[in-house]
Amino acid sequence: MICDVCKNNPATVFLTQIVEGKMQKVNLCEGCAKEKGVSDPTGFALADLLLGIGAAEEIEKGPVGQRCPACGFSQNDFKKTGRLGCSVCYDTFADGLGSLIKAMHKGPRHVGKVPARLIRTLERDARIRQLRGELEAAVSAENYEDAAQLRDQLRELEHQP
Amino acid sequence: MKISDLFSGASEWTKNDGPHHQIVISSRVRLARNLRGHPFPGWGKKSDRLQILELIKPQVEEMPELHDACSEYLQDLSQIEKQVLVERHLISREHAAKGVGSAVIINKRQTLSIMINEEDHLRMQVIRSGLQLKNAFRQINKVDSGLEERVDYAFHPELGYLTACPTNVGTGMRASAMIHLPALVLSDQINQVIQAVNKIGFAVRGLYGEGTEAMGNLFQISNQTTLGEKEEEIIARLNKVIEQIIGHEKNARLMLLQKKQETVLDHIGRGYGILSHAYSMSSKEALNLLSFLKLGVDLHLFPEECQRAIDELFILTQPAHLQRSSRKKLAPEERDALRAAIIRDKLKEFPKPDISKVAPPQPPNEEHNDE
Repeated sequence: MICDVCKNNPATVFLTQIVEGKMQKVNLCEGCAKEKGVSDPTGFALADLLLGIGAAEEIEKGPVGQRCPACGFSQNDFKKTGRLGCSVCYDTFADGLGSLIKAMHKGPRHVGKVPARLIRTLERDARIRQLRGELEAAVSAENYEDAAQLRDQLRELEHQP
Repeated sequence: MKISDLFSGASEWTKNDGPHHQIVISSRVRLARNLRGHPFPGWGKKSDRLQILELIKPQVEEMPELHDACSEYLQDLSQIEKQVLVERHLISREHAAKGVGSAVIINKRQTLSIMINEEDHLRMQVIRSGLQLKNAFRQINKVDSGLEERVDYAFHPELGYLTACPTNVGTGMRASAMIHLPALVLSDQINQVIQAVNKIGFAVRGLYGEGTEAMGNLFQISNQTTLGEKEEEIIARLNKVIEQIIGHEKNARLMLLQKKQETVLDHIGRGYGILSHAYSMSSKEALNLLSFLKLGVDLHLFPEECQRAIDELFILTQPAHLQRSSRKKLAPEERDALRAAIIRDKLKEFPKPDISKVAPPQPPNEEHNDE
């Protein structure tokens, strides 16, 4: 028996699925099975069990065969585990995750705690942008005394850890 | 501090002296956090987990809150030791299944525990006796703020703290209270209460969390959602729900005493009789009967001093605590015999239930003691 997909290699994985009451049988070689994410015969959509029916389907709203550039995680991995691979996955699979997260939570946006260090960094970045603007203005106005002062302030800020 | 030293002391929450302690056993708040730029523990390789572990563990150990802590790699703990930690609610059942690449750090009072490489890189919780959700949150929030100065958390401007499971994203916070509701169970009102609580976005679970059955009339109530609401709002909402349930339980006790006094006395009397004379007892049976003994103390059938003995039995008769005290692994039937013996021994000092003392419980009051 040869693989139904590549019609080349001998089939070693025999998948039986019941879709809308009809039984479907697919025979795959090891390579194609892995590619289709059926290498693990028990790899049913655990995502549906953990996150509610339909979760596995939602995640496929993104581009087909998409993988997380940071960790290599795929939509199929999510369907199997109901978990994500890394923090970048939230952006990678944003299309599918968006409605899923909206459905399971109270609101779509975080309104709670923000790390204090992050707030400080954001404030510093804003201050640096402001000083750079002022520095530019001072230079074009040939106000070199102010410009020197602004430059020193900027240096100090930029060298803070 | 060694794990054996930790075990020789009792967990603070088992002392059962917090606000509303007659009905609320414990309050717990846990936060899930991950580090930026590393795969989550379930997807990462062993080398990734080891790297995270060596990055986080020293930082956690240096926290002022954990100076007197017990810090252990999971692979260095025996099955029984891990199970004891589960029974004390200091680690999750999932974490107990972990080995190389995971660790746990617990303070001496056993109020604060930090799991490294559970489902997320960091799972940290504070557990306190009675209804102290606000206190518990304040404490764990302080630890979190200290730790975020030392490590780089994965944080998203829109989605908040990023977690392995999208059900935890946002605050990463799960707050829960364990409550003892014998009268609501006896009066068949518990299912109504559970449904009502579910409707407003809270989950009701059994003693050991997800997928466990309710034994000993003990229930855990926790928030389901973590995104779109502030931590303080979630805590306040949960606190209010728990206070309402306390009111319902007190009412149910009052009603039972007025209308079905014999049923209540029968349950307490049978509990007392079986517990003081049985020679074999499963942990489920023990929990269910101890629950009625606890109710007996609340209703003044036993002197108040007896509360302590019951609270101790609740935890000492759990399978892993039994095996630890006997210093060997026991077959289930050996465990049941030992459990019965420990209970019989403890109940020797216990007076018989004094029916003349039956006093209706205080009507529910609205004021709350959780500061």
